[in-house]
Amino acid sequence: MTLLTYIINGISLGSVYAIIALGYTMVYGIAKMLNFAHGDIIMVGAYISYFAATSFGMPPLVCIAVSMAACTVLGIAIERFAYRPLRNANSLAVLITAIGVSYLLQNGAQLLWTSNPKMYASLIDIPALHLFDGRLTITGSALVTVISCVIVMALLVLITKKTKVGKAMRAVSEDKEAAQLMGINVNFTISVTFAIGSALAAVAGVLLCSSYPSLYPTLGSMTGIKAFTAAVFGGIGSIPGAFVGGILLGVIEKFAEGYISTQLSNAIVFSVLIIVLLVKPAGLFGKVRREKV
Amino acid sequence: MENIRTKLSGIKKSTKQELITYGMVTLLFVLFQSLNNAGILSRSLSGQLVPVCVYVVAAVALNLVVGFSGELSLGHAGFLSIGAFSGAVFCKLFSGIGNDTVCLILAMVCGGIVAGIFGFLIGIPVLRLRGDYLAIVTLAFGEIIRNIVNCIYLGIDGKGRWHFAFGNTVEMEGGTTIINGPMGITGNEKISTFAVGFGLILFTLFIVFNLINSKTGRAIMAIRDNRIAAESIGLSATGFKMTAFVISAVLTGMAGTLYAMNYASVAPIKFGFNQSVLILIFVVLGGMGNIRGSIIAAIILTVLPEQLRGVGDFRMLIYALLLISMMLITQSDKGRVLMEKITANFKKILSIKKKTVKGEKAE
Repeated sequence: MTLLTYIINGISLGSVYAIIALGYTMVYGIAKMLNFAHGDIIMVGAYISYFAATSFGMPPLVCIAVSMAACTVLGIAIERFAYRPLRNANSLAVLITAIGVSYLLQNGAQLLWTSNPKMYASLIDIPALHLFDGRLTITGSALVTVISCVIVMALLVLITKKTKVGKAMRAVSEDKEAAQLMGINVNFTISVTFAIGSALAAVAGVLLCSSYPSLYPTLGSMTGIKAFTAAVFGGIGSIPGAFVGGILLGVIEKFAEGYISTQLSNAIVFSVLIIVLLVKPAGLFGKVRREKV
Repeated sequence: MENIRTKLSGIKKSTKQELITYGMVTLLFVLFQSLNNAGILSRSLSGQLVPVCVYVVAAVALNLVVGFSGELSLGHAGFLSIGAFSGAVFCKLFSGIGNDTVCLILAMVCGGIVAGIFGFLIGIPVLRLRGDYLAIVTLAFGEIIRNIVNCIYLGIDGKGRWHFAFGNTVEMEGGTTIINGPMGITGNEKISTFAVGFGLILFTLFIVFNLINSKTGRAIMAIRDNRIAAESIGLSATGFKMTAFVISAVLTGMAGTLYAMNYASVAPIKFGFNQSVLILIFVVLGGMGNIRGSIIAAIILTVLPEQLRGVGDFRMLIYALLLISMMLITQSDKGRVLMEKITANFKKILSIKKKTVKGEKAE
């Protein structure tokens, strides 16, 4: 039973990673940049939903909607003012700017909401499932997390494969200049990508804090790094890859915590990543692009 | 006078640039050392003299990897950590050797060697990867090092036997604990001095300048500019990248020892991802492949946050905004055009002045 419990906890945590990793992967695939501020948008999303629930007493679904809307605006604004001017700069400059934005969000949150952790009352009010005469318990938030992760993934695949915007996204990720020549509005497409990624980050923030109810300004940084690892694990730029990578990472982390050592769980997660990248240098689902001379 | 001028004009351009850098560093050292001796420097500033040296060395070392070898490393704080801990352990064990400076220098050598060995071991898997994947693996190694150091407990009991434990405290009768898990090493003698830091900077500059102007250095840069072309003329890409990576690790490790011995205690938590990013910021803001730029950026950005303490809680917020705006001004298209306009205007003013001076002479 403990094994099953670890697997379920792992899948639940992994689903949160997967949702965040989906945001990372979309932005990387289309804008070709590592958005290190993504993790901090999770934190902002969680805070907004927290205040929507406690200060304004909104019902859970409205809280999530409000936080998604706020994060979408935030994501678009960050892209517009910090990243768009650097569209033609080298990728390291953009990376440093993203880190600057990440510092800005963290310290802004610290000023606004202090660094004391807040107790996050779960927004998910679904009774836990008891299986095998109560020996196995699946919490309501775990169920909701996993289900919403699957829905999000399916939606993203639908959007990128079936809609016009999705087609534009794929075109921009393939070749920005050629897409522009074909009449695609590249700036708009990238903005839409950031909007989707940030809305997903808000969802991830709510789900994460519903399972692990402690909210503080640097919440997003380690979570973000791990989710980014998940995205690389699955092959960055690939949507199913981010999903599988996230779930695997969550399960590995919970197993490491359960069977080896809590202190070393991060080290083990990162070691697995290194081993995977050595065998498959572009991640599990990544395409290896051969250089042509 | 004429003699010196002809001699100077005979020097290679790169050598001239190097001499300027050495001169700048020496000048700054003499200035701050005398200000410090005269007691003019504020306490917070004089406390920062050694950390500034540490960051200058780390930034120059990272520039070797990021700027000259063209690989992004997000885990250099790991080498800082290895250097700090091995150096501090060395100082604990051999505190009787010579005077403080000798002990510190030997500790730095020890820290550098250990960091170099780890740099080599980490380099084997890392340098097989390319681009962003390489970056994420260095990040992973940085985190692994921090996690592992966090779990190490090391001590010597009363009978001189070693005790080592992983994940839980060492149990022994009497004796001393050297590394105490998340608490790190405590009760260090603070033997780092600004002068030794300056010496380390000179040593680093000497190594790095000689490397990049050598055959090896040119090979490293050739591989950065075009890996396929370089390999086609018989250069071993992995080998040369490894050279740069290990040298960078050694120098960073030495800086780590200097850092550790500047404080009474050193804890693994100080060498996280944020520390790696901090060093990377120096390199990128100073200009990749520009040693002098790294030095200046490291000095300014280490001193600046401390001097911003006056604004209290807004300190890091202002730092973040400054960072973003500096990147936008120096790297964006619009910012560049703006800078060019400003420099063009500046030059115009200068040339007008020169012309008028010449005109007056002619009359």
